[in-house]
Amino acid sequence: MTPFPLYALAGVALVAIGLHGLFACVHLLRRILAVNIIGGGVFLVFGAVAARDPASGPDPVPHAMVITGIVVAVSATAFALVLAWRIHRATGRSTLAEDDPSPGA
Amino acid sequence: MAAELLDRSVAWSVLTIVPPLVLAALALPLGRRAVPWLPLAGAAGLVAAALALALQVRAHGPLRLELGGWEAPLGIALQADGFGALMVLTTAVVGAAVMVHALVEFRHPTGGESRAGLAFWPLALFLLAALNAVFLGADLFNLYVALEVMGLAAVALVTIEGGAAALVAGMRYLLVALAGSLAYLLGVALIYAQYGVLDLESLAERIAAGAAPDSTMAALVLMTVGLLAKTALFPLHVWLPPAHANAPAPASALLSALVVKASFCLVVRLWFDVFAPVATAAAAQLLGLLGAAAILWGSVLALRQDRLKLMVAYSSVAQIGYLFLLFPLAGGAASLPWAAAAWSGGIFHAVSHAVAKASMFLAAGTIIHALGHDRITGISGAAHRLPITVLAIGLAGLTLIGLPPSGGFVAKWLLLNAALAAGQWWWALVMLAGGLLAAGYVFSALSQTLAAAPDGFAIRPVPLRMELAPLALALLSALLGIVAYEPLALLAIGRPAVAVEGLP
Repeated sequence: MTPFPLYALAGVALVAIGLHGLFACVHLLRRILAVNIIGGGVFLVFGAVAARDPASGPDPVPHAMVITGIVVAVSATAFALVLAWRIHRATGRSTLAEDDPSPGA
Repeated sequence: MAAELLDRSVAWSVLTIVPPLVLAALALPLGRRAVPWLPLAGAAGLVAAALALALQVRAHGPLRLELGGWEAPLGIALQADGFGALMVLTTAVVGAAVMVHALVEFRHPTGGESRAGLAFWPLALFLLAALNAVFLGADLFNLYVALEVMGLAAVALVTIEGGAAALVAGMRYLLVALAGSLAYLLGVALIYAQYGVLDLESLAERIAAGAAPDSTMAALVLMTVGLLAKTALFPLHVWLPPAHANAPAPASALLSALVVKASFCLVVRLWFDVFAPVATAAAAQLLGLLGAAAILWGSVLALRQDRLKLMVAYSSVAQIGYLFLLFPLAGGAASLPWAAAAWSGGIFHAVSHAVAKASMFLAAGTIIHALGHDRITGISGAAHRLPITVLAIGLAGLTLIGLPPSGGFVAKWLLLNAALAAGQWWWALVMLAGGLLAAGYVFSALSQTLAAAPDGFAIRPVPLRMELAPLALALLSALLGIVAYEPLALLAIGRPAVAVEGLP
């Protein structure tokens, strides 16, 4: 049996866990981590796709895409963390509070 | 000379993407020294390149460019058909007007440039470059990167003034945008596993060649859902009104006019150019249904807002709904006589709405600049002091309502005719109801501005440029119906096979 289905299914499972975290968690740090778990799952699927044909060896194109995807994920995570920190500083909360302060015009 | 400039070999498509990126990178270290020449140079260059690209596509038909001569799958390819060129041109025109307005908006009261302004120029230029990369991208993965650059720049633009409400709205937008891109990316992984290509053209050929397995359908669903979240189609629209209403007005204009259109255009590309054999009529009907719900729900909520910018933002939720009526009317496997009208009408609506909505957000920004607030009950008298701005709101309103001779009228007329020709009269009913509701919210805001000013009505003087930028866009949106022939002819170049039948 090729490792393709195993890794691909593990990737999909990570996506599911991350999605659950994104919707079920309230704390912003947990939600940012959840997005990263989804990202990790997607990258794992790409890794599995690269190895889908054991006869011809690993395919480099998905590897290139994962590296690019990681760069995007790092920048997005850094930005999200700064936003979460600024929200904490401005409101004292680490959640997307439902009672948004009325927008100052 | 002119003919040489428009030769096939001139890479105008690259010139709509790379210069704004370079200028954005320059704007960061230059800071205050970059204003105003850098934004103005960026805007002028972008309009020139976009115009040249549109003329080039008119002259030569759809163009394709492999960057650096590297072919797929490793190279980056750009493609420009009439659809892409028209969206790039819209981006350039709206972007230029927003830049002119923002030069005043971000001027510090004590002279010089405000802190938000320093962040605005690089972000806006990154955003414009990313938008053009989405409109011209020819490969699923590069489109993902372009979408992410666009999303990060867009969220940052929401938060540049740093108020608590804007930060929270930006964070919510960021989480939705990231989840949406990852859903799209998972779809890309499934496609690559199945077909081994990412290039849109080769992918379309392979999908058309054989019976598509279930994983293709799953990939299309994942990519579409991810993009719908970014487009804020009902019921995934909840993030949009706070994000667009709390951003500074020039940022709101870019977001509402262009950013939501980019992900919409990508859905259209996927459904019509690439996955046409897989996209079923039932799925197209579902998209239309969500669009219809967005029209009604967004319009009703727009009527109930007491702040001008929130009203305009909910109006975007409603107008985005019209775009998705394109799918049931032009989609489906069979090519039908009314498909071309529906396809062109839907995309023409994206263009008209972009111009009109940018004008409305800029006008709302001018009102906030002058009055210090945008409560609809408190803008009585605005028409006497800011007649140009109120005129802009009225003219832009024509497109939202769908009155002639506006671009919105032509777009909705095309969609309406397609709905009647297709025998799907229920979409026509929804469009007419949406028009009435839009008339309700536009006229209620306008009638407030026309009321007598209360005693002690104080107003901060507004530079003329700040009033002229929204007026220019509003005039364009109102007159787009009269000159509709040119953009519709451009759209017809390289139109997907499904929508070639019939007129126009």
